[in-house]
Amino acid sequence: MSMAADDRELRDESLDGLQLSAQLERIWRTPSGLLGALMSVDHKVVGRRYIVTAFAFLLLGGILAMLMRVQLAGPEKTFLSPDKYNQIFTMHGSTMMFLFAVPVMEAFAVYLVPLMVGTRNIAFPRLNAFSFWMFLFGGCFLWISFLLNVGPDVGWFAYVPLSSLQFTPTKRADVWAQMITFTEVAALAVAVEIVVTVFKLRAPGMTLDRIPLFVWAMLVTAFLVMFAMPSIMVASTSLILDRLVNTRFYDSSSGGHPLLWQHLFWFFGHPEVYIIFIPGTGMVSMILATFARRPVIGYPVIILSLIAIGFLSFGLWVHHMFVTGLPQLGAGLFTASSMLIAVPSGLQIFCWLATLWDGRPVYRTPLLFVLGFIAIFVIGGLSGVMVASVPIDTQVHDTYFVVAHFHYVLIGGAVFPLLGAVYYWFPKITGRMLSESVGRWNFWLAFIGFNVAFFPMHILGLIGMPRRVYTYTAEMGWERLNLLSSVGAFIFALSFALLLANVIYSLRKGARAGDNPWNASTLEWATSSPPPPHNFDRIPVVKHRDPLWADSESLPVVAGLSAERREVLLTSLAEAEPQVREASPEPSIWPLLTAIATTVFFIGSIFTPWAVLWGTPPMAITLIGWFWPTGSREDEA
Amino acid sequence: MPVRVRTALVFLATWLLAACSGRQSALDPQGLQSDQIRHTLFIFLIIAAIVWIAVMVVLGIGMLRRKRASNQPLDLDRRFEEGSGRLILGLGIATVIIVLGLSFVSYAGQRTVFAKDENALTLKIIGHQWWWEVHYEADSPHQSFVTANEIRIPTGQPVKVELESADVIHSFWVPSLTGKMDLITGQKNELQFTAKNAGIYRGQCAEFCGLQHAHMAFAVIALPPDEFGRWRDHENQSANSPADPLGKQGEDLFRGRGCALCHNIRGTLAGGQLGPDLTHVGNRTTVAAGTLPLSPATLGAWIADPQHIKPGNLMPRMPLQSDELIAIIHYLEQLK
Repeated sequence: MSMAADDRELRDESLDGLQLSAQLERIWRTPSGLLGALMSVDHKVVGRRYIVTAFAFLLLGGILAMLMRVQLAGPEKTFLSPDKYNQIFTMHGSTMMFLFAVPVMEAFAVYLVPLMVGTRNIAFPRLNAFSFWMFLFGGCFLWISFLLNVGPDVGWFAYVPLSSLQFTPTKRADVWAQMITFTEVAALAVAVEIVVTVFKLRAPGMTLDRIPLFVWAMLVTAFLVMFAMPSIMVASTSLILDRLVNTRFYDSSSGGHPLLWQHLFWFFGHPEVYIIFIPGTGMVSMILATFARRPVIGYPVIILSLIAIGFLSFGLWVHHMFVTGLPQLGAGLFTASSMLIAVPSGLQIFCWLATLWDGRPVYRTPLLFVLGFIAIFVIGGLSGVMVASVPIDTQVHDTYFVVAHFHYVLIGGAVFPLLGAVYYWFPKITGRMLSESVGRWNFWLAFIGFNVAFFPMHILGLIGMPRRVYTYTAEMGWERLNLLSSVGAFIFALSFALLLANVIYSLRKGARAGDNPWNASTLEWATSSPPPPHNFDRIPVVKHRDPLWADSESLPVVAGLSAERREVLLTSLAEAEPQVREASPEPSIWPLLTAIATTVFFIGSIFTPWAVLWGTPPMAITLIGWFWPTGSREDEA
Repeated sequence: MPVRVRTALVFLATWLLAACSGRQSALDPQGLQSDQIRHTLFIFLIIAAIVWIAVMVVLGIGMLRRKRASNQPLDLDRRFEEGSGRLILGLGIATVIIVLGLSFVSYAGQRTVFAKDENALTLKIIGHQWWWEVHYEADSPHQSFVTANEIRIPTGQPVKVELESADVIHSFWVPSLTGKMDLITGQKNELQFTAKNAGIYRGQCAEFCGLQHAHMAFAVIALPPDEFGRWRDHENQSANSPADPLGKQGEDLFRGRGCALCHNIRGTLAGGQLGPDLTHVGNRTTVAAGTLPLSPATLGAWIADPQHIKPGNLMPRMPLQSDELIAIIHYLEQLK
């Protein structure tokens, strides 16, 4: 620590409460005006934008789902042409996976993790801003392409050779592949920030065994992102190369192989499910502790389960390929490894049940969503055990049974906790409560609508309905279950309309939340709602896993950070002992400009390989601008 | 439950599930393999149902039971904490045992389903966007022939299908007989199955293969062995020559109007290799790869405008006068 060198600097200990608040707010706030907004590096501002954008994509993806349910409500409907239908189901899957599910979880993490670990900003805040812009531009690129009728139509999995130049001569497959690049760059950036934030920016005293479970979940997720996403980037980049410059990675007539694509895709694609689901479990653990009015039982069990899921998730991608003609014994081993993931998942469920068993549950909307999560997710997990079996999978693979299964897992396992999380953290983010009575309607419509929509699909799959068909004939006998499913889907959609109405209404008219409306235990509730730009006037010192329950009167704090410039406290990895004061970057326009240059490069390079040549100098220039030394204290630190 | 409610539920269930024993259903097995798979499926299903109900019961009791004494969140009962820890560990071990047990059940089922019989009747199936080319292969070339979209097999005898693709990845799936297997570009897969009962079993492509994936169906017709033998001998012969003038006119038009560029009719000058072989098309049950039942009307509708019935398929619309269309239909119909 270089305390002696700058002892003329204004430190927080020399200011009283109100002065300190005002001073810190002045140096940490986002500049005003449009330019200021574009320059923001505040994790809360970026996180809010991220959340809203991801929900906007949920709305778009949901509209596509409704269009498909109209088309499938009856046999031989002509509501959508086959071409439109194929684009729509591809867009639905791609939007939900790449533009909603993964980003929304990372978005919540961007907002919440720095608050939960008690620091002032996320690590690498400019990278964070860059990540958001990349995500936004990538999503818009995909959707504008779709509206221009060059939306991808090869499925969200884009299997070769269907997505090769020979069978998709238009730009549709390139749009899909390059959208992947955008979103993966964004996701990788956030993953790096989360890991560093959790490892180095925790409040003093927040040892590894005092980290909130949501933060643990996001830490594991971040590692999954870092190991899984490169696989899909390699896959999609090779696809673009095959299509643009005639490489032959996937061409079986020149020594490539289409199954290479499937291995690379699912080596990413299966962990992807856990990248979506693990944050959901983190949300569940947080909500459950608060509303069961006691800490979650089995804190170490849950953490070890999360880590075990993380490792196991890389060892079961082959169960997506059971019908590609792989050796039987190998496939059988992947059955066992796939089923084994039920063990850590089950352990978490047991911990939650025990918590509820011993708790004094308060049945507010967030808890309702968690209870709904348990009922739905367990079905999804058990049907997952079924599809992990090779013989069963040969029947249900690529049928509506699988569609039912993964919607139970993803909506049950991630969206229900997420909706609970929206009700739970909305007061913190906005300072106002969401309406509880609308929340109950929201929950019951979602729960009933979801089950009516997706349960019949299990049966549809078993009675022979394949996925990704734009129509079917009446004599197949699928008509009534499909109609029922469509009705359920619309009820489910209605629940989201209620949520939207609740959010819009509550933003203006909702009851004031106060700092800690739920009497929760973790640090994000120790500051005002919404939090000030600097999060905490003084950095708390953590002495307990549930700091706000243990020290209900006032938290101990640490002093000595600068009150003149943006500064965060770095602590040691395991014990979170204070190590050094570190400058945190000022707002900057360069992340946005870099994202624009990168976007031009990415989009250009699906049309001409020369874009790699003329696309890099602008990127280099913007990056130089980004890192240009300004001679400020920030650079010296 | 009041009787009226029960009646209503039963009615609803029958109304919804009217088609569970359809022609394309994993729940209505007609083959040795599909039987085994359903057996495995039901074992899993029963265990899954027990687990789910157990979880829900515990959840329900946990919600309803008396609250714990202290309302201080951190004032915990040490005995409960330790006891629940042990219980969770025990349940975790129980999960491991269940999962390993199910893995063995699964692997046993897998061995049965994928058991190989060296004496199986061998067919080669090549997937095309959006139809199925079927080769019956025999030791001598004059016993081998090609057909499309319809597979006839003998009952009680193992059948081996060798699966290849001419373009993108498809998947061969006849749920009533066995599970699916992909047809992968540049790779040879195979699948064996045995039909127990005679009947017509519908199959459908199960891997998304482009615009008309939804209309890439086929039929497997299981026949008693002697009947199969007769069919095979007949199918091996060249096409009938039309006896009547209308049929002869149809044959000429078939050649003259471009049909023969893509379609093969053995024993005639029509030798195209791009589309389905039509040598004995009159004997088939469907047109356009299982899209419509075969009749003069549907055949006519298909030829008159293939793009209306199956938009985007590779068969172009040929300009034909109505009398020419009638002649072609007549010709194809008598190719029995």
